[in-house]
Amino acid sequence: MSGIWVVLEEREGRISRMSWEALAAGRMLGAMTGLTVNAAVVGAETAALAAEAAGKAIAKLARVEHPLLAAYTPDGFSLALQQFFEGEKPDYVVFPHSYQVRDYAPALAARLGRVLISDVTAIAEGPVFTRQLMMGRLNGAYRPTGGGTCLVSVQAGAFRADEAQVGAAEIAVFTPAIGAAQIRTKPGERFRGSAQTVDLGSAQRIVGVGRGIKDAGNLPLAQALATALEAELGASRPICDNGWLPMDRQIGSSGQTVAPKLYLAVGISGAIQHLVGIKGSQCIVAINKDADAPIFEAADYGIVGDLFEVIPALTEAVKAAKQ
Amino acid sequence: MKIIVAIKQVPERDAQVRIDAAGKWIEEAGLQWALNESDAYALEEALQLKEKHGGEVVVLSAGPERVGSTIREALAKGADRGIQIECDDLGSRDALGVAKLLAEAIRAEAPDLILTGTQSDDLGLGQTGVIVAELLGVPHATLILHVEKSDSGVTVKRELEEGWFQTIEMPTPAVLTIQSGGNKLRYATLMGIKRAKTKELRRVTAAELAVDGAPVVVLERVTLPQKQKSTQILPGSAKEAAAALVEKLKFEARVL
Repeated sequence: MSGIWVVLEEREGRISRMSWEALAAGRMLGAMTGLTVNAAVVGAETAALAAEAAGKAIAKLARVEHPLLAAYTPDGFSLALQQFFEGEKPDYVVFPHSYQVRDYAPALAARLGRVLISDVTAIAEGPVFTRQLMMGRLNGAYRPTGGGTCLVSVQAGAFRADEAQVGAAEIAVFTPAIGAAQIRTKPGERFRGSAQTVDLGSAQRIVGVGRGIKDAGNLPLAQALATALEAELGASRPICDNGWLPMDRQIGSSGQTVAPKLYLAVGISGAIQHLVGIKGSQCIVAINKDADAPIFEAADYGIVGDLFEVIPALTEAVKAAKQ
Repeated sequence: MKIIVAIKQVPERDAQVRIDAAGKWIEEAGLQWALNESDAYALEEALQLKEKHGGEVVVLSAGPERVGSTIREALAKGADRGIQIECDDLGSRDALGVAKLLAEAIRAEAPDLILTGTQSDDLGLGQTGVIVAELLGVPHATLILHVEKSDSGVTVKRELEEGWFQTIEMPTPAVLTIQSGGNKLRYATLMGIKRAKTKELRRVTAAELAVDGAPVVVLERVTLPQKQKSTQILPGSAKEAAAALVEKLKFEARVL
């Protein structure tokens, strides 16, 4: 067995922020188990990524490199990492829980006869891995059994990426044996869905609307509150899925990431995909009828109640306060 | 085109969930159950493909007897027939164990396309479809919003992070995990509900599929999340709470 391996991911030519968080989780595991922490970068040309990672406190840095890894494909990445890890036999592999990892890591784990413990939010002695159940309303403690490599992916924002740790990694290139015929999917270029007409990222105040609003016909209630607060209107995924508000108002992992002074969530239960998008907010307020809704975990202030009563009352109170 | 849609029955979204006495899962007695949301979108995509290109839509689900009602719901929306893998110990199987059951049932059907939701609303592992593809030895793509039939297979629209998308071409058979929001969901019509009663629902036991169910990952304990932040809950009537909140936002948080 060869300790802990963290798979670092590229984003626009650099190592992604989530990858550094995965490295922090790997280091935490290292401290618990006494195992060494190593890292791997994957691609067709990984010199720049390797140079960026080499200065971190990493024992070994592997450049898993092949021309067929130029564009991400689940077949290419699973095959390359399968070959690499079959040689290394790691105790643990840690990934960032990105869309890309979600696409190939379960297949890679299956090839190794294992199951990925996905979307981990905490690691405790054991080690035992915590992940969310029931859309964040409960936590589950998971443990691998039967020996072999344990693969985990860590949730965005769950571990703090520390910049301070410096070191000098020993760099090696690994060239997997991949044939073009083994890559069965043909990815196209990335594209934007629709023209972005509103930049929620720079809004100072946002009223976020969720499923609790029940019907598109009730949106003017939320709009009135937003107007009183001089806020932009945003929404959680189901509202945009239903076409009640345009996609460019969607906040969360698949939409925009926001960092306003005030984020006011109405009728939003607080699934993690939404919470990652609002984490940077200075002050979060939640209005929800369900006192157990996970949004209250993230909120500074909360009102447990019927939003159809609370929103109009709040709109009036805001107007009154301005006079 | 023959399409299999793998669906899961999960607790209804607004159900009050409580941890069971053993602290290993939730108390299932008295819960209301529903079709997992992204699986509903997978079913919708399959029904639309059938309407365009003809063929058959078969729904497949593993679980105890109650799962039959969710399969009937899918039949009422327009699926042609159903297969239930009878299995009372689904919770003790890990993602690989469940995928093995589904893959064995799918193998016998030899479909052109296998669709399932991106992730379940209860466990949220987001892995079953990908593992099924791996076990069947077919290509896959995840987080798919739209599927077009092409000469050699399918062309799909995949969701990426932060508002980006990507088009992927792939041969069939293939597994696609469908993201919510790609289509508008249909409701079952009265006629559909009537017809569903006469549609074939075949049952196969987990034992008959003869897969190794020994887990490599175990859910040991279920707990309530620890509060990360101290949330000030503002009590009183809507009016009182609203007034108190404005005070707090103005003078304490200073964000108004």
